[in-house]
Amino acid sequence: MTTLLKELRERFPEQVCSVEESVPGQFTVLLNGPDATAIARHLLTGRQARLATVFAEDRVSAEGVFYNYYLFDRPGDPAWVLLKAPIPAGHPSFPSLAAELPGVNWAEREIQDWFGLEAAGHPNPRRVALHDNWPDVHPLRKDFPLDTVLPPFEGERHVYRPAHGEGVFHIPVGPVHAGIIEPGHFDFAVAGEPILYLQLRMFYTHKGTEKLFERLPIPRAVFLAESISGDSAFSHATAFCQAIERAAEIEVPARAQFLRTILLELERIANHISDAGAIANDVGFMIANAHAGRVREMVLRLCETLTGSRVLRGMVAIGGVRRDWQRTQVEAIEKTLEVVEHEFRDLVAIIRSSNSTRDRLERTGILRPEKASMLGIVGVAGRASGVDLDVRRDHPYEVYRHLTFSVPVYQAGDVRHRLLVRIDEVSESIQIIRATVAHLPDGPHCAPAQPIPPGRCALSAVEGWRGEIIHWVRTGDGNRLERCKVKDPSINNWPAIVEAVEGNIVADFPVINKSFNLSYSGTDR
Amino acid sequence: MFKILQKTFKVGVATADYPGIAPQLAEQFRGCPEFDFDAWSDARPAAEACPTGAIAFRDRDGVRLVTVDYGRCIFCGECEAASAASAVQASAVQASATQINPVRMSQNFELAAADRRDLVLTAEYTLHPDGRHAELKSATSGPSAEEPGKRIEAAIHNLLGRSLSIRQVDAGSCNGCEQEIVALNNPVHDIERFGIHFVASPRHADMLLVTGPVTRNMELALRKTWAATPDPKVVVAVGACGISGGIFGTNYASLGGVDAVIPVDVYVPGCPPRPEALLYGILLALGQVRQRPGSLSRR
Repeated sequence: MTTLLKELRERFPEQVCSVEESVPGQFTVLLNGPDATAIARHLLTGRQARLATVFAEDRVSAEGVFYNYYLFDRPGDPAWVLLKAPIPAGHPSFPSLAAELPGVNWAEREIQDWFGLEAAGHPNPRRVALHDNWPDVHPLRKDFPLDTVLPPFEGERHVYRPAHGEGVFHIPVGPVHAGIIEPGHFDFAVAGEPILYLQLRMFYTHKGTEKLFERLPIPRAVFLAESISGDSAFSHATAFCQAIERAAEIEVPARAQFLRTILLELERIANHISDAGAIANDVGFMIANAHAGRVREMVLRLCETLTGSRVLRGMVAIGGVRRDWQRTQVEAIEKTLEVVEHEFRDLVAIIRSSNSTRDRLERTGILRPEKASMLGIVGVAGRASGVDLDVRRDHPYEVYRHLTFSVPVYQAGDVRHRLLVRIDEVSESIQIIRATVAHLPDGPHCAPAQPIPPGRCALSAVEGWRGEIIHWVRTGDGNRLERCKVKDPSINNWPAIVEAVEGNIVADFPVINKSFNLSYSGTDR
Repeated sequence: MFKILQKTFKVGVATADYPGIAPQLAEQFRGCPEFDFDAWSDARPAAEACPTGAIAFRDRDGVRLVTVDYGRCIFCGECEAASAASAVQASAVQASATQINPVRMSQNFELAAADRRDLVLTAEYTLHPDGRHAELKSATSGPSAEEPGKRIEAAIHNLLGRSLSIRQVDAGSCNGCEQEIVALNNPVHDIERFGIHFVASPRHADMLLVTGPVTRNMELALRKTWAATPDPKVVVAVGACGISGGIFGTNYASLGGVDAVIPVDVYVPGCPPRPEALLYGILLALGQVRQRPGSLSRR
């Protein structure tokens, strides 16, 4: 990475102002102005880097500027590069990358909505996070108070792109859906059965989370992190705690790292099992879902034994975990895993035994590898479409740096392969937990509580069961945060659904959607 | 096919007989915190530690009014830990022997109530100069615990009590509550054994099971869903966020609890409420279980 950074300085002497390693393995490249396009282009095409996310920060009162951050990594290199581009408050505009890099489409429009910074040249600069009928406000600006009472909605509601042609019509769905799932709006343009084009409208569950992070004392904010996406409570809260720990240089005791690793994998197992059942259920194979629900309960019971909560809440803390385990709790892991492994094998055999299920899953909802990598798809959905990314291996944290495990990658990109990735990962996770339990060290389970120094920045990435979760923080005075950026993998992956449903029949939409199983709350925050 | 049948016979009955039989809880399960108001020498550490403001106090004229709102509580256990730490400090000063923590996590999850006020406990203390409690003046465990389920008319029970269709509405939740609502449909909790099932449209529903906090962007959808549900209907607000806005409270994007937007008949605390807690709340709304009088009273 150091050669790359040296190269950036030599190639772009006009643009690059300074390079510093703010946290071990995290390099911040400060630019001279808002234009990051030339360097970004060089990193992406010349150096095979990947743009993980783009976000902004309001530093107007402190430094007189906004900052845009572009986060890159490269295959085979655990370091992160963060381009930091200042945007003058007097001219709040930056050149858009969306035309050549569709993966940043929403992220740049979020910056427009949250901060009022114009993404100049964006091919579709409409609002995305704030719905069209919101007043003209920018909630993540520092001069916008969290408790602002906004006037009632007025103005135009969102207009979906019309589809014309004989027999072509629209099917509007949501935000209240037919199943027990989160709210969002889908507008299908269809010609008879096949879907021509899907338009998404998200952010129905936007509840001011990133703004709220700036108000809560840091120890309380851990609980807010648990509520970013309730099915990934432990992964998000761990990502948050790691970011704080790195910023404040808190050393997490070894035992705590082992406990966290085990619980991260249990969260993955519980969700993958229920997804396997739900995918079968969505093509009418209900008996598989019944068994999956039963096996999932076994995992949740284990989670309750280990943390006091079925969904792993109230466990992770800054510096470690809140509660240590007794010998009997550790034994419960081994016992439960043995049963779950056996039961899951039976469940997979049942799913595989049904040819009609396979018929519905195969070649349904295909996301082609070239599209997946172009759109920046991550996690399970990416790995089923040839995108070989896994934070646990690429940017190891907790105990993962000492573990060997395989990352399943397929090329077919259909619903069936998204299911296969999950099936493979359950087995890998069980092995990871076994290896971790076998080497569980003694010692403290949490570093002593300490105030967090102000003015520190750090990021952390965690491979949640869905994919790459990123938290970036800037600490502030009074044990509070100046900014907490949350990137759920769902933000990357919604465009994949739009791509995958095209040409499929409407009746297959539920199973395609379920095979991605994205978080609305994680997207909307 | 043979494999599937074989597996079905091998597994047998997976369903737990709640509420007939008490559920098997892990020894570590955290229900709501319980308070020994007589022995509680200082509410401040617990209030300071509480992430959602469920424990709060107000000092006026040398008297402290402490409120505990189970409608905000996320069962995290921080109040217990903070009180234990402060009790250890206090006992070190007083050189007294073992002291029992006045704030302790229980395994009680059957907290659903028809009256929002039933979820709030209060205690009044006179104070020492250092701010610690001198004497307990009064304590309440919610004003209407002796009139369980009073707001739900008997007629609705008769009409809906035998079979019920539920429409679930996520009005802004984090998806935590939804996970446990989904679990109500698995073979272990199997809500259909009560003739209760989840339906795809509010027009088919007798009950709305609503999670929150209600976001600004979901307010209209929630109102419309409520209007589309035929009368008589029952609304159950689920989870700390559905009851009060939880950790999100109210802000520019969140309106707080469900009852800020539509009338609520039963409140089910938890974060998220475990499936048995949801079942208890739903059955309470149907009059099939009775609210446990004093289930929230001080120990």
